[in-house]
Amino acid sequence: MESIQHHDVAAPLGGRLDQPAWRTWLRGLARFVRRKPLGAFGGFVVAVMLLTAVLADVIAPYGYNDQVLADRMQPPSAAHPFGTDHVGRDLLSRVIYGTRVSVVIGFSAIFLSMAVATALGTVSGYYGGKLDTILQRLVDVWLAFPALILLLTAVSILSPRGSPMERGLAIVISLALILGISSSRVIRGAVIGIKHNQYVEAARTLGASDLRIVFRYIIPNIFAVIIVLATVQLGVAILAEASISFLGYGIPDPFPAWGQMLNSQGIGYMRAAWWLAFWPGLAIALVVFAFNMLGDALRDVLDPRLRGGR
Amino acid sequence: MLRRLLLMVPTLFGVTVLVFALMRMLPGDVVNQIAGENATLTEERRAEIRRELGLDRPWYEQYGRWVAGIVRGDLGESLQSRVPVTEELANRLPVTLELSLLGILFSLVIALPIGIMAAVRQDSLLDYLARSTAITFISIPSFWLATMVIVYPSMWWGWAPPLQYADLWEDPVKNLNMMLIPALILGFSLSGTVMRLTRAQMLEVLRQDYIRTAHAKGLHARAVLVRHALKNALIPVVTLIGLQLPVLVGGTVILETIFSIPGMGSYFVFSIRTLDYPVVQSVNLLIAAVVVFANLLVDLTYSYLDPRVRYS
Repeated sequence: MESIQHHDVAAPLGGRLDQPAWRTWLRGLARFVRRKPLGAFGGFVVAVMLLTAVLADVIAPYGYNDQVLADRMQPPSAAHPFGTDHVGRDLLSRVIYGTRVSVVIGFSAIFLSMAVATALGTVSGYYGGKLDTILQRLVDVWLAFPALILLLTAVSILSPRGSPMERGLAIVISLALILGISSSRVIRGAVIGIKHNQYVEAARTLGASDLRIVFRYIIPNIFAVIIVLATVQLGVAILAEASISFLGYGIPDPFPAWGQMLNSQGIGYMRAAWWLAFWPGLAIALVVFAFNMLGDALRDVLDPRLRGGR
Repeated sequence: MLRRLLLMVPTLFGVTVLVFALMRMLPGDVVNQIAGENATLTEERRAEIRRELGLDRPWYEQYGRWVAGIVRGDLGESLQSRVPVTEELANRLPVTLELSLLGILFSLVIALPIGIMAAVRQDSLLDYLARSTAITFISIPSFWLATMVIVYPSMWWGWAPPLQYADLWEDPVKNLNMMLIPALILGFSLSGTVMRLTRAQMLEVLRQDYIRTAHAKGLHARAVLVRHALKNALIPVVTLIGLQLPVLVGGTVILETIFSIPGMGSYFVFSIRTLDYPVVQSVNLLIAAVVVFANLLVDLTYSYLDPRVRYS
């Protein structure tokens, strides 16, 4: 009897509960790939990027700072598929290790920024009233500052001449605040859309506390919004990190960050060696493209209301 | 209109507080930061700079003096060049404005036709290509594109983009010649978003009743497209230009630095590099103020173009 009931509930969703969970999951994945091939491609690139970051030590043919001066400025070859730089470091290995910088900074910044956005957006949207007005005026102020300007200023203030670790921390914190506060608008909108639902009213009538309502009924229901937002913002964060890194405010050399590898100080070398100006840029573009595609597809699948939003 | 103007006052006030607070977050103070770079700075000179910057006074007095200065149009002077910041900014703002306007112009020229075509032929191969192109344009970092433009043509054909800046009024040809490539790159990076919005808006408008009516009364397809659909679809695109301002500013910062254009962006990066905090503070303030005003302007244009949206 119970299994029939389950069947009835699950059938419209296309999953069967008598099948193991992974098969349902796989079926969903297959449908996603069929409906959104570009989004699936994005997801594939993101997966490859994550694996590369984790397995960099295994995949990379050389260390990121192994200098062989005899092999400097070598064009791509079998030994060095991406060529070598001006001190004879293997560019492929540096691009592979560079994935780590982007992944660690990008993901930790977005994790924090989503926490900031959810906290701010939920409080503002749920309580409404004067508190909402005040918070939103503050967000207005924040939005007046272009992200790159704020990021450069914040990083140069927090870590004017920092060690790589300190610099990285400064970038993560600044990015998390900058992106988090500006994304809180989207979360606030979603919360306002949900808080008038009957199940929220019902929970309140039953005497549930605000905290319980927020954590049990509101946040689970805006989770799709958070996931989509996080995916798109990951692309933004990685691009932002690369941009300030390019301007000389990222993780310093010899640590391999993609933006920094394209820094204009190396332009003289790039004029003599095309590969120096090519691969790190391609890596950034590919990863940002992948996050954008994946984010778009997830938005269509998970939350059609967000379409055309920021 | 008046209400909207009044609402800007608290926002601008907030902007000054945020900029001021940001600058006070420096570990130690400004002078110690500069001194760290420059060991030859004597103790007397440090005290002198502190006095000049008013750092020996309590914070509320510093803030008051700073805001009073802003109102009088006095933003202090650069620690590096000793030139008043306002003077420097007045020279550089028009340059950045020129680059930005050209960038917006190029982005519209690139994005509008593609966006419209993609909507008219929805789900065709063309639409598919246009959408992928749009995301590609958004994803390619402008600094990478710029680096390639500087590096590759000179390597292959011995041609390099001109990096010698000339004033627009003194030598317009040379000026435009130099601005062309950075503006094009800026246009590319802005065009992705414009393309997507144009397509989405066109799709929505094309489904409206008045479009069907226009078709039904026997109007030529092109007339329906241009006079009925396009006019209405472009209204939200105007707002997008406002929303894109932060992206635009980011783009000018990077492109001015790469192409050594003497605008606000390259000045900002230089000042960050030389720890010239009065300049950093002023540029932050000026840009935020410009964004606030531009958003107001966009809102007003919007309500003018679309009478359904009226602000009280």
